[in-house]
Amino acid sequence: MAARKFVLNENLRELGLLMFIIALSAGVQARNPVFLTVSNLTSLFTNTAILAILAVGMTLVLITRGIDLSIGATIAFAGMVSSLTVAAYPTISPALSLLQGTLIGAFIGSIIGLLVARFNVLPIIATLGLMNIVRGLTFMVSGGKWVSSYQMSTGFKAIATGKTLGLNNLVVIAILVYALAWYFMNHTRTGRRIYAVGSNPEAAAISGIPKKRLVFLAYALMGALAGLAGVLWVAKFASAQGDTAMGYELQVIAACILGGVSISGGVGRLSGLILGTVLLGILNNALPLINVSPFWQMGIQGITVLAAVLTNVMVKRNTDRNALRRRAI
Amino acid sequence: MSNNDESESLLELRHITKIFPGVKALDEVHFELRRGEIHGLMGENGAGKSTFIKIITGVHSPEAGEIILDGKPVEFKTPVEAQKAGVAAIYQHVTCYPDLTVAENIFMGHEKTSGFMKRIDWKATHAEAQRLLDQLDAKFSSYERMGGLSVARQQIVEIAKALSTQARIIIMDEPTAALTQHESEELYRITEGLREGGVSVIFISHRMEDIQRLADRVTVFRDARYIGTWPIGEISQDKLIVAMVGREISKMFPKRHIRLGEEVLRVENLTRVGFFRDVSFTLRRGEILALTGLVGAGRTEVCESIYGVFPWDAGRVFVAGKPATVRTPMDALALGIGYLPEDRQKQGLILDWAIGKNITLPSLGKYSRLGWMDEKAENAAAGTLTEKLSVKTKSIFTRASAMSGGNQQKVVVAKILTNELKVIILDEPTKGVDVAAKAAIYEIIGDLAEQGYGVILVSSEMPEVLELSDRIVVMKEGRVTACLDTAATNQEEILHAAMVIDVAHDSAARSGEAYHGRA
Amino acid sequence: MADDTGIRIDIRKRWNWREFFFQWEWLLVLIFLGVHVVNSFLSPYYLNLDTFISTPSTFLDKSFIVFPMMFVIVLGMIDISVGSIVALSAVIMAVSFNAGLPMPAAMLLCLAVATTAGMINGFLITKFKELSSVIVTLSTMIIYRGIAYIILGDQASGRFPEWYSFLGWGRLFGLPFVVVCFILCAVIFGLILHKTRFGRSVFGMGNNGLTCRYSGINTDRITFLVFMITGFMAGLTALFLTSRMGSTRPNVAQGYELEVIAMVVLGGVSTTGGVGRIAGPILAIFIIGFLGYGMGLANIQAPAVLVVIGLLLILSVLAMRVRFKIRKKSAAV
Repeated sequence: MAARKFVLNENLRELGLLMFIIALSAGVQARNPVFLTVSNLTSLFTNTAILAILAVGMTLVLITRGIDLSIGATIAFAGMVSSLTVAAYPTISPALSLLQGTLIGAFIGSIIGLLVARFNVLPIIATLGLMNIVRGLTFMVSGGKWVSSYQMSTGFKAIATGKTLGLNNLVVIAILVYALAWYFMNHTRTGRRIYAVGSNPEAAAISGIPKKRLVFLAYALMGALAGLAGVLWVAKFASAQGDTAMGYELQVIAACILGGVSISGGVGRLSGLILGTVLLGILNNALPLINVSPFWQMGIQGITVLAAVLTNVMVKRNTDRNALRRRAI
Repeated sequence: MSNNDESESLLELRHITKIFPGVKALDEVHFELRRGEIHGLMGENGAGKSTFIKIITGVHSPEAGEIILDGKPVEFKTPVEAQKAGVAAIYQHVTCYPDLTVAENIFMGHEKTSGFMKRIDWKATHAEAQRLLDQLDAKFSSYERMGGLSVARQQIVEIAKALSTQARIIIMDEPTAALTQHESEELYRITEGLREGGVSVIFISHRMEDIQRLADRVTVFRDARYIGTWPIGEISQDKLIVAMVGREISKMFPKRHIRLGEEVLRVENLTRVGFFRDVSFTLRRGEILALTGLVGAGRTEVCESIYGVFPWDAGRVFVAGKPATVRTPMDALALGIGYLPEDRQKQGLILDWAIGKNITLPSLGKYSRLGWMDEKAENAAAGTLTEKLSVKTKSIFTRASAMSGGNQQKVVVAKILTNELKVIILDEPTKGVDVAAKAAIYEIIGDLAEQGYGVILVSSEMPEVLELSDRIVVMKEGRVTACLDTAATNQEEILHAAMVIDVAHDSAARSGEAYHGRA
Repeated sequence: MADDTGIRIDIRKRWNWREFFFQWEWLLVLIFLGVHVVNSFLSPYYLNLDTFISTPSTFLDKSFIVFPMMFVIVLGMIDISVGSIVALSAVIMAVSFNAGLPMPAAMLLCLAVATTAGMINGFLITKFKELSSVIVTLSTMIIYRGIAYIILGDQASGRFPEWYSFLGWGRLFGLPFVVVCFILCAVIFGLILHKTRFGRSVFGMGNNGLTCRYSGINTDRITFLVFMITGFMAGLTALFLTSRMGSTRPNVAQGYELEVIAMVVLGGVSTTGGVGRIAGPILAIFIIGFLGYGMGLANIQAPAVLVVIGLLLILSVLAMRVRFKIRKKSAAV
C-alpha cells in the first residue's frame, strides 16, 4: 500500500497563499508593530470568525456550481428575529437564540435549495430574489427600528464577548463549525458526493447519486450557517439593524475564491479556505494599521478577487496547453 | 492463446432490435459472450456498436429481443441495475470526477464505510484501491488526483472501478483510440490479466492490431445488422475488412463528369498541436475531394481549422493561389470558404427558429442596409433557396426543430449557399438522415460541383466516398496516410490506410508523398 | 426524390390566433390594470391624467438600464455590476465638477466612465470565456463601487448648477423630460432588438452561440458591445438619478441590479437566453413602478416593496417554466 505522498503541485496554491500571508504580515508589521500583538491578533481572529463560518457554507454551494447572494439578508433577518425575541423575553438562554437563528436560516436556505434543485431556477436569480424578500422582511419585522444594546440581555451579548477555555466564543464556534465541516466534507459519503456532483454532474447521475437532494442540502446548510452567523453578528455588534450585513455575501465569496474554491464547481478544501479567510481578515484588520483609508478596503478586495480568478484561468489554460503538447500526434 | 472455446456462454443477446425515431439502430442483432474470453466487436461508424453497448449497460431498452445472463433472461432498466448484475463499461471519453482522488473515483457510489456513523473508512478505501491498482500493475498512487492523470491511467482507474463492483463483464469502448503505442501495450496486458482472472471482456475497436493481438473471437456488425462471429485464428485481416464494409456499392448516382478547373484551395503542412500534423492537399474548381478516416482521425479538426473555428498553429493555406490567413469563420466566409458542421443540431441550426431565419443567419449583412434588416428580401431569398434545395415544408416559418434530419440538413446547406463561396466543406452531411434524404443530398453535392464549387466531403461512409468523389484523402491519428484517385482505388485500400498503416514514423516523407501523390 | 411539383413555399407570415393570445404580455397587461384598480381604491385622487404623467418620473431613472439588461439576458448572461457603475460614474461626475470641470464636460465624463466600465466587463467576459458573466460582473461590482468609495469616502457631493436639475425635474412638451427620454430609448432599443442585424445576432447567440459562431457571426464583438452599451446606459441613469437627488454618494443605486433584472425577467425574458420582446420589460417597468407608488399611497413601507419585487422575480421565473412546459406539450399534439 502506497503511503500518502506530499504532492507539491497539489498544494502549490495553498503554499503560495501562505507565503503571501506571511509576506503581507511582515510588511504590515514593519510599518506598524501593533499588528503582531496578542490583542490585535485576538481582535483579528474574532472579527474574522463570522466570515470564516459563512465561507464554509458558501464553499458547499460553490462546489455544486451554484452561488448564494442572499446570505447578507439572511444574516440580518435571523439576527433581527433572534434579538427581537431576546428583547421580548430577556430570560431566554443564549443557546436557544443560536438555535433559533440557525433554524430560521435553514428555512430560508431550504427555500432557495428547493427553487434551485427542484425547479431549476438559476442560483443567481433565486438568491437575488430571496435576498430582496428576506431583506424586506427584516425591515418589516423590526418596523424599521433598531434593536440596541440595552434591549439585549447580557447572556445574549456574551455569545460574542464571552470566553470559553480562554478563547473568544466566536472563535470557539468557528472552530467547532470547521471541525464539523471537516468531518462532513472529508469523511461522510454525503459530503464527498457533493464534490462528485460538482465535479461531474453527468457522471454522478449515471452512478445513481441523488444530485437534487445534495444541491438542496448545500443551500440549506448555507442558510443554516448564515442564520447562526446572524445571531453571532448582532451579539457581537450589540445591535440589530435592517441593513445589517448588506453586501456581506461579496466578502464571503471573495474569501472562498481567494481560498481556492473553484467557481466552476467540484473544488474547494478547508485548508485553503482558512487561508483565504485569514488573508481577507488581515486585509481588513491591517489596512487601518498602516494608515490606508478604510475606503480603500472594498476596492482592494475586488481587485484581489479578480486577480485570483484570472490567475486560476491562466494556470488552467497553461496546463491544458501542455497536455495537448504531450499528445502524440 | 485460449482454450475456452468450448466453455459455456455467460451473456447472450438474441434478436435485439432498437429503433430511434426514423432510424433502426439495431436490427435483430445477435451476440454471445463466453466466460473468460476477450470478444472483439468491430464495425464501421454507425454500424450500431454504441447502441448495442447502451443496451447491455441498461442505458437504452430494446424494442424487441432478449438478454440472457447465466442462462436466465434479464432486463436492465437502468445503468445501476446492469451494474448490480456485474456489467461495467469503460468509455472512450472517461466519465470520471477530475477533482477527486483515484481512490474516490473507484469507490464513488459504493464507498467503504465503517462504524455506526457510516463514516468513510479512508484507510480501507485507499488500501483496497491500491490493491486493485497493484493487481493491474499500475504505477501510480491511489491518492493522485484523477484530473492530473493521463487518459491511459484514467482508463486503468475505470477498470479498477469495474473490478471493485465485482464486474464479470467489462465492456471497453474504443479504449485504445486515445492511447500511444506503449500505453496500448500496457492496456493489452491488463486486459489479458482480466481474462486470466475469469472476467469476460467485450473489446470494441477500430484498430486491427488491437483485435489481432487480443481477441479470442470477433463479431462484426454492419448497417445495424449482425454479420458474423469468428475465432480470431480463422479469419484474416482482409476478410475482416470485407465483412465490415462488404456491402454492394449501388451505382445509383453515377459520378458526373465535371471538367475540373483551376486550383481553389491548397493546404500545406497544416498543423494544430495535439490534433493533426502536416496535413496537405489541393482542391480544384468542380472537384469533390473526400476526406475520410475513422472518427477521431482529425478530419473535422482540419476542416474547422481551415474554416477558422480553431486556428491552425503551423502550415499554410492558399485560396485561389493567394496565401490566406483565417483566424475566424468570418475570415473564411470572406475568402469564400463555407463549412457545414458535423453536428447540425448544435452547430448548424437554431432549432427554435423558423427555417427562414436560420437560412439567412450567415449572411445577415447581405439582407440588411446599415444594420437594418430587410425582411422582405430575406424571406424571398430564404424561400428561393428552400425551393431550390426542395426542402419539404409549406412555409419558411416552420420551426427547424419540427423537421426531419434530412430536411434540417438541407436547411444547413441552404445557409451556406447564401454566401458567395468558392470552397464548400461538408462534414458528414448524411449522418443520421434517411435513405431518401441521403439521395437528395448526394444530388445537391453533385450540383454544387457542377456549379464550379470546390467541395470537400468529410465522410466515413465508404459508398458515399467512392461514388461521389474525384480524389480521396485518408487520415489516421491526425496525419494523412494516403491520397488516392477514386477511379483507381477500392474500399479495402482506403480502409487499409485508415486502420492499418502506421503513421508514427517518417511522417514527413509520408505526408509529402500523399501531397504529391496520385492526384 | 426531389420535389419538383412547383409548390410555392410560403414566405409571408400568417396570422396565428393561438400564438397571438398565448403571449406573456397579455398577462402583464392584466397585472398592470389590476395594479391601477387597486391603486384607485387606495386613493380617490389616483385616477387622473397627472398621476400617469408625473408618477413615472419617480421611478423611470433606473429603467434606462432595463433595455440593455434585456440584451444581456437575451444573450443568456447577466450583469450585476450596473448599480456600481451608476455609483462610480455619478461620483466621478460630481467630484470632477466640484474640482472645476464645467458641468457639460463632467456629464460627458460620467458617460465615458460608465461606458469604459461596461467595456471592461465586456473585455473580461470575451477574453476569459471560462468565467461566467456572474463571476466577472460580481468582481467588477465590488471594484467599481470600491473605486467610488476611494474617491469620495462616505461623503456626498453635489451643488450642481441650477439647470442640471432639468434632467430629473424638467418638462418637455408637457411631459417630464425623463419620460421623453424613456420613450426615445424604448423606441431605439426596441428597433435595435427586433429590426436590426445586431438584434438578430443577439437573439441568435442567446439561442445557440455555437451555431452563430459557425455561421460567421462576430460573437465576441456583439457580447462586448452589449456590455459596453449596458455601461453607457448605466451612465445615463447616473445623470438622471443625480439630477433628481441633487447630490450623490458612493452608496447610491445599491440593489439596482436586482430591480432591473426583476423587471426584465418579469417582462418575459427567459433567463436561459434567446427569448423575449421589448414590450414585456416596458410593461414590467410600469407594473413595478406603479406598484411601488400604490404601496406608498397605502402607507406601506418601502421594504415591503422589496419583498414584492423579490416575489415577482421568483414567481415570474416559475410561471415562465410552467408556460414553457405547457407550450411544449401543446406543440407536441
